[in-house]
Amino acid sequence: MSDNVLELDDLTIRFKLKRGDLTAVNGVSFGVKRGETFGLVGESGSGKTVTARSIMRLVPMPPGEILKGRVLFEGESVYDKSDNEMREMRGKKVAMVFQEPMSALNPVFTVGSQIGDALRTNLGMSKQEADERVVELLSLVGIPSPASRLDSYVHEFSGGMRQRVMLAMALSCDPTFLIADEPTTALDVTIQATILELIESMIDRFGMSLIFITHNLGVVAHACDTIGVMYASHIVELASKQEIFKNPQHPYTQGLLNSIPRLDHQSKYLTPIKGLVCNMMNPPTGCKFHPRCDHAMDVCRQEIPQMKEVAPGHFAACHLHN
Amino acid sequence: MTETLLEVRGLTKHFKLDNDIVSRIAGKTRTLKAVDGIDFFIKRGETLGLVGESGCGKSTTARLITRLVEPSEGEVMFKGENLLNYNRSEMQEVRKAVQLVFQDPYSSLNPRKTIMQILSRPLEVHNLAKSWSEKRRRVLELLGLVGLGEEHADRYPHEFSGGQRQRIAIARALAVSPELIIGDEPVSALDVSIQAQILNLFRDLQEQFSLTYLFIAHDLSVIRHISDRVAVMYVGKIVEAGDVADIFEQPKHPYTKALLEAVPEADPDKPPPHLVLKGEVATPIDPPPGCRLCARCPLADDYCAEVAPELKDDGTGHYVACHKV
Ligand SMILES: Nc1ncnc2c1ncn2[C@@H]1O[C@H](COP(=O)(O)OP(=O)(O)OP(=O)(O)O)[C@@H](O)[C@H]1O
Ligand SMILES: Nc1ncnc2c1ncn2[C@@H]1O[C@H](COP(=O)(O)OP(=O)(O)O)[C@@H](O)[C@H]1O
Ligand code: SF4
Ligand code: SF4
Ligand SMILES: [Mg+2]
Ligand SMILES: [Mg+2]
Repeated sequence: MSDNVLELDDLTIRFKLKRGDLTAVNGVSFGVKRGETFGLVGESGSGKTVTARSIMRLVPMPPGEILKGRVLFEGESVYDKSDNEMREMRGKKVAMVFQEPMSALNPVFTVGSQIGDALRTNLGMSKQEADERVVELLSLVGIPSPASRLDSYVHEFSGGMRQRVMLAMALSCDPTFLIADEPTTALDVTIQATILELIESMIDRFGMSLIFITHNLGVVAHACDTIGVMYASHIVELASKQEIFKNPQHPYTQGLLNSIPRLDHQSKYLTPIKGLVCNMMNPPTGCKFHPRCDHAMDVCRQEIPQMKEVAPGHFAACHLHN
Repeated sequence: MTETLLEVRGLTKHFKLDNDIVSRIAGKTRTLKAVDGIDFFIKRGETLGLVGESGCGKSTTARLITRLVEPSEGEVMFKGENLLNYNRSEMQEVRKAVQLVFQDPYSSLNPRKTIMQILSRPLEVHNLAKSWSEKRRRVLELLGLVGLGEEHADRYPHEFSGGQRQRIAIARALAVSPELIIGDEPVSALDVSIQAQILNLFRDLQEQFSLTYLFIAHDLSVIRHISDRVAVMYVGKIVEAGDVADIFEQPKHPYTKALLEAVPEADPDKPPPHLVLKGEVATPIDPPPGCRLCARCPLADDYCAEVAPELKDDGTGHYVACHKV
């Protein structure tokens, strides 16, 4: 048995749509250890959210279906769980924070009852116990005068405060595992900094494992231990944060790092990746990155490259490494 | 000395909130000071980056310059003339010289028109093409300038990706041979690999046509990359302005410093993002007198709470609005 709390093994998810089939997650494998922060980065449409939601069985099926692979949480297959076991996992062990808090929070309930109700159903608390716990949680996530905010509605909060409420709700069940899908993307940089600090202190304090999804390379450079880079439904590179940033091995990762403007110096031109992100309904054959890759060879157009260990603990899926 | 193409003085926009519920309950009209007496200039051929957090007044500033929103006070001097004194037809001419490019390429292009029609429109409005064939030739030329081709001309906006739509929006701005382009977060909605392509395009076009840019963004790395000079905005005021290297390497205002420390750099060896300011962004609604940063600033004292600091030149073209600098 590995020491991974969560393991995705060759997970492949396809959507059957009127316009055709779309494979959103393709042979994705990675593991997250206890207390580890795993960052999933990639551009929009690369499959980050579908991957994250699949762990919680939140991908709508149909149109989605699992073509192959499995998701193991604490060694047990998530997709073989009964409804009861699933509720147990969602309510007590794994929590999720979304990019747009308003889509996850209910506008007609007060903050107190939203978090409180979950506590009462999942943990069987009384109303008073639940209220006390909610105040505790709100203060934990840095909401000023929390007791007076119990009766507030979500729309009365700013974007940053809503994200704090989301986090309080996620923490309410003392999760051992948190999945955060772009939790700071909609926020200003100063608010992002405080939320990142908050998430980090939660991890330290509760020893949680975390999957952090973002398209912001700056955020993963600080918030994560291990990073998976996704491109067009595949994880193309997987390594420690230091390796990804200092020794990137996949041309897409290299291209991404070259594309970002720098804060510490100015250059006249950036080095973008050429071309456009591929159409997921009709992806290129072989390596999906080949139309944009300066190193593309014949084999790249024919065969999908497999993940290979290019340095200890550093994996890349690229024919250059064969 | 290079000509000053645009200069705004004391530019102000106060929105009266007479219909909102709080005003009605309080029985008095509240005022939202979206832009509150700002000054800046842009020399011909340079790029001024305007940066600040959401709601600080960047978009309103862009709209005031083009009079899509009427200023409450102040002057907008374009080539030495105050645009606020212009009548409709004079403004029409100015709108040819000053073009806006918006953040959202999805909503700024008419979904029912082909790219050919979208790009022809400004040529027709401003009488810039005599014949059909001249129009078509000009549109194809514009597409070429932004890296698209003839094969794209007869398609509709929804057939394009975000980056391609932004190219089309830029082509439309170029159609009338403008002198100043105001980009209101023109790369904010794009993925990094595409954002880099569009930033390079802005650079190329600037060289080719000696364009002047007012480039608005909330991303400090983008601002650092594209700007010659930078103005930092906080709750309706400019708090610091100067050469890009001065602002990023020797920031003086407590807000600029805090903003820079909050940015997570894509390098794990750099210090992690961190915020020294307390609390949340101040409200622009009936703000108290004094410095807008007062409640959050680690250096604030009683004087800061009473008197608003003015934006002052330190003698080197580095402007700061802070009592402690
Ligand atoms: N419920 C669904 N039905 C059909 N297609 C879907 C569904 N959810 C996602 N997809 C498709 O799957 C692909 C991956 O989507 P996903 O949301 O995981 O991307 P992402 O990496 O999270 O992107 P972003 O950065 O924009 O959030 C996309 O092509 C998307 O359109
Ligand atoms: N038409 C309007 N009526 C009232 N308030 C407005 C109007 N337009 C903008 N505002 C307010 O002015 C402030 C500045 O807005 P904006 O210029 O859009 O900021 P930014 O572009 O920097 O995000 C915000 O508080 C915004 O809500
Ligand atoms: S497999 Fe080929 S096309 Fe794909 S990234 Fe590697 S070199 Fe480029
Ligand atoms: S004027 Fe005072 S409150 Fe304002 S930024 Fe300077 S020190 Fe801080
Ligand atoms: Mg997503
Ligand atoms: Mg704006």
